[in-house]
Amino acid sequence: MVDIPYEGTRGIPPAEVPDVELYHPRSWWTRYVFSQDAKVIAIQYSLTASAIGLVALVLSWLMRLQLGFPGTFSFIDANQYLQFITMHGMIMVIYLLTALFLGGFGNYLIPLMVGARDMVFPYVNMLSYWVYLLAVLVLASTFFVPGGPTGAGWTLYPPQAILSGTPGQDWGIILMMSSLILFIIGFTMGGLNYVVTVLQARTRGMTLMRLPLTVWGIFTATVMALLAFPALFVASVMLLLDRLLGTSFFMPALVEMGTLSKYGGGSPLLFQHLFWFFGHPEVYIVALPAFGIVSDLISTHARKNIFGYRMMVWAIVAIGALSFIVWAHHMYVSGMFPQFGYFFATTTLIIAIPTAIKVYNWVLTLWRGDIHLRVPMLFALGFIITFVNGGLTGLFLGNVVVDVPLSDTMFVVAHFHMVMGVAPIMVVLGAIYHWYPKVTGRMLNDALGKFHFWVTFLGAYLIFFPMHYLGLLGVPRRYFELGDTTFIPSSAHSLNAFISVVALTVGFSQLVFLFNLAWSLFKGEASGGNPWRATTLEWQTPETPPGHGNWGKELPVVYRWAYDYSVPGAAEDFIPQNQPPRATQHVQGAAS
Amino acid sequence: MAVALILLLVAIGSVLFHLYSPWWWTPIATNWAYIDHTINITFWITGFVFVAVIAFMAYCVFRFHHKEGRRADYNPENKRLEWWLSVGTGVGVAAMLAPGLVVWHQFVTVPADATEVEVMGQQWQWSFRLPGKDGQLGTSDVRNIASDNPMGLNPDDAHAQDDVVIESGDLHLQLGKPVKVLLRSVDVLHDFYVPEFRAKMDMVPGMVTYFWITPIRTGTFDVLCAELCGAAHYQMRAKVIVDEEREYHAWLEQQKTFAELSPAKAIVKATYRSGDK
Repeated sequence: MVDIPYEGTRGIPPAEVPDVELYHPRSWWTRYVFSQDAKVIAIQYSLTASAIGLVALVLSWLMRLQLGFPGTFSFIDANQYLQFITMHGMIMVIYLLTALFLGGFGNYLIPLMVGARDMVFPYVNMLSYWVYLLAVLVLASTFFVPGGPTGAGWTLYPPQAILSGTPGQDWGIILMMSSLILFIIGFTMGGLNYVVTVLQARTRGMTLMRLPLTVWGIFTATVMALLAFPALFVASVMLLLDRLLGTSFFMPALVEMGTLSKYGGGSPLLFQHLFWFFGHPEVYIVALPAFGIVSDLISTHARKNIFGYRMMVWAIVAIGALSFIVWAHHMYVSGMFPQFGYFFATTTLIIAIPTAIKVYNWVLTLWRGDIHLRVPMLFALGFIITFVNGGLTGLFLGNVVVDVPLSDTMFVVAHFHMVMGVAPIMVVLGAIYHWYPKVTGRMLNDALGKFHFWVTFLGAYLIFFPMHYLGLLGVPRRYFELGDTTFIPSSAHSLNAFISVVALTVGFSQLVFLFNLAWSLFKGEASGGNPWRATTLEWQTPETPPGHGNWGKELPVVYRWAYDYSVPGAAEDFIPQNQPPRATQHVQGAAS
Repeated sequence: MAVALILLLVAIGSVLFHLYSPWWWTPIATNWAYIDHTINITFWITGFVFVAVIAFMAYCVFRFHHKEGRRADYNPENKRLEWWLSVGTGVGVAAMLAPGLVVWHQFVTVPADATEVEVMGQQWQWSFRLPGKDGQLGTSDVRNIASDNPMGLNPDDAHAQDDVVIESGDLHLQLGKPVKVLLRSVDVLHDFYVPEFRAKMDMVPGMVTYFWITPIRTGTFDVLCAELCGAAHYQMRAKVIVDEEREYHAWLEQQKTFAELSPAKAIVKATYRSGDK
């Protein structure tokens, strides 16, 4: 009577999962530093990514100072400005978001959510983090080498990336490429782990169609990353060879600073195809984990099953697959074969359909829910608004001819910040508020959290929404100064100043969040094991924070899908995945 | 409910900003009003979806936020609703894509009567070249670049000798005449960008790219570089002036040909005559 028949939970036999022989740390060093425990590795990944992310945040303040108040700050020159935008972009996209979602959330949540004791290859998992750390250090070192970091823009387009008219041509570009190569090596080790763990280490009863959407999002993103990053790897190696050995993969015959260079015969467009063959899936590598996580936040805090679970899973898979055939929409004005425009515009706009389905299902989950407006839910709502906004402007840029006037303007900057900057960060922050109690055993402060949400959400919206209109006006991106033009009115400069002030405010308000993280670690209210009364396995661990091996003596057994909230007739408004069907019928207060 | 109200205000505020903000596209100066129309269609469709989704969400937050004793519905899926939403989305997408592809077809199909003009980018300046009285641009190669041949024209190509070379000046275009703008770079990527023209295209060393326009109003327009090209990217400027026919030819007659600019071998005496019919 209680166990509502639902096709997604039937028909697939439970996986047989043998207990895994665990590695046991014997010293402080192997427990906390060279740890093979996915939870420790997750925290290492998260802290490293956040630290380098803060550097990128400060870089964004510097460039906003320049854009908002040109000529005021003598310590920022045109070369440095280019170096700031390059490093800001590269750090945020790859070293922060990719590493945080996959290395951070992936490591922490996959084993717990699928009911495993750890990742299947713990040693490789550990290596993955240390190679990632090395990549970050190599990247950070470019701030201190002669010539400084590369200023080629995060897209690193040759020929200019390796020619002398661009800052960082000496060391910056070489170290950038080396760092990317290291990052990809590190990621591949981690990524193989996540994929194999999801496929092979699920506990008894955890069928694929019972997985929480968080796992589906991270899993699909990881598969995509394993397929997409090799393109960047190849591009990096080839560009490095062009720079160091004088090969000409991407370099046609050209003039460098007035004299004929030694290059000849290569193709700059080849690099762009390789870069975006990685670069577009990369957008979804960041977005899909966010889609998954936000689904779980909404469901848990609205006390309602996610609407259309199967459609949500297929939408994730469809988006993942389609995202490999849309890359050249970044190249409509690159000079590539013009007839490509029809194909790539069509595929790009088709991808809007599964994406829209996801949005509908999030808001339909709220319908007739029991919506607790706690901080993670607020961030989820903020995500929906910013993601819908950024997704819709993607329909402008994806529609080839509409892209022609808008490309390379601030419209593009506003679009991708809204859709793959602000929106995923909303999810990251919501997820931290959501899972912090599991990681630390303490709640984050609610009042500080709400303050943090409103300043961040409204502030970010005020930064990026008006910025679209600067782009519509024609203001180009990557400009140190706009100089004198006939078409940019002085009001546009005022808007730039306004955006800068808001950006600095939002930036500094993150200190409240950092304070909350640190303060709550010691003084936060004790959370207990399942403060949100959630169904998924990570909330059902015998200890909080979960101990080594996650589950004590016995692995949990899964009997139902991840979204049994407010099941009619059940005593509580949630039934954990590991609760057997009978228990829900008779036991009063069926808590874990 | 404060949260629902704020969410709704975000949507309403966005629409009001769109309607009343002073920042909008520049008055168009070419035939590409079609592009502006397509953008407007896209604004209408996406704006509707944006407001609908946010308003629905705000209503849910207002109506279904937690109260003592409230319990959520259990409602795993509704196939029919999901299919209707998918189909509706598909229709909306098609309504944006179809005009977009039609206009793209026009954009990449250069009319047969378009005259050619070449724009060359280099760090960090623009040069222009017009065909001489033979109506044909001569060949070029970066290997030919020298101080007396900054555009790298082929000195052995007869077609190149009478080409009009504008090294550090403004480009003039004739009102109402379709023009195919050939784009070339000798060092890194650049992008010939005139906001009022709507059209733009990257300039790639080793390739010749193009777009075409028909200027529809006279005036002086800023040329910017829209593809990051190094330290002085932001200073790479020029002007395009759209003239009536008479002014255009008056300007053209003052320009020098490649032969006139090559002091060593001024073999061909080729002055440019306007109205060479």
